[in-house]
Amino acid sequence: MKKGVRPLFLLCGKWGLTPFLALPLVAAAAGDPKAGEQVYSRCLACHAIDYDRTGPRHCGLIGRKAGSVPGFQYSEAMKKSGIVWNTKTLDMFIKDPLKTVPGTAMGYDGVKDPKERADLIAYLVAAGPCKTK
Amino acid sequence: MSFFAYANALALPENRRRFLKTSGALLSGGAVALLAGAPSLARAADKHAESDVRILNTALGAELEAVAAYQVGAESGLLQKPVLDLAVTFQGHHKEHAEVLRSTITKLGGKPVEAKAKYTFPVENLKTQADVLKFAASLEKGAVSAYLGAVPVFHSRDLAKAAASILGDEAMHWAVLRNAVGEAPVPAAFVS
Repeated sequence: MKKGVRPLFLLCGKWGLTPFLALPLVAAAAGDPKAGEQVYSRCLACHAIDYDRTGPRHCGLIGRKAGSVPGFQYSEAMKKSGIVWNTKTLDMFIKDPLKTVPGTAMGYDGVKDPKERADLIAYLVAAGPCKTK
Repeated sequence: MSFFAYANALALPENRRRFLKTSGALLSGGAVALLAGAPSLARAADKHAESDVRILNTALGAELEAVAAYQVGAESGLLQKPVLDLAVTFQGHHKEHAEVLRSTITKLGGKPVEAKAKYTFPVENLKTQADVLKFAASLEKGAVSAYLGAVPVFHSRDLAKAAASILGDEAMHWAVLRNAVGEAPVPAAFVS
């Protein structure tokens, strides 16, 4: 067993989780940011890393409370979602935005392929904090 | 069949269609009939319609931004004819998309988003004609993906079909822009 995988199975047993439930964590950890940049090209009608567009900016996403970019007009659903963005919540949302946050303005079916989601999330993580406010 | 016609079919129950036909309203064009159907649709508004309106409004916001982006490109002084004419033509398509989306949202009882007073574009990276075309291509590619992701989540199949119609137009823009910068116009058998 590889060193990085072992603790995950131990945690699954400790918390009574099935490996299936832990899959998003595994997928997110395995993402390739370079491949994720290609997946991100699907988002470019509405999003950019550094500035707000039809959708909010993606820099500084990790650790940010959903619906909290100053000056951006979010849906009420997103503002009230209580989500804090991390690899797990991103995985859930990107997989099925409308199911995860009913009422979101992001009327998009989602990225269904776990590897593509992991790559995309890796790219978003690699984007890092915003350079300007 | 145009988006107007799709939305018409969505909007007008048979009795309403008959009334409009006998009154001559249908003969005045799709846009008139689209707006004329608003009251009946407003009454039928439900959660599904609200969801569809949200999707349409997001699409409208993106279309309005695309119009602004092409304006930046056209005024940049970097585009030479006939590329400039092409950009203006594509901008015109986005204006048409936006107008139809706006009308449909209104007809469904929603409030269409307005164009922003100011948009942010990476103008500091646009130094040549090719830069502008690649930027436009990236937006068009994003639009293809956005509409592709919207088609299956519309509750109305008519709206899904209409969105697919716009998707086709965006895909043609993307292909032409790729070709203009020397890239394979159609890079794969599928879009995602």
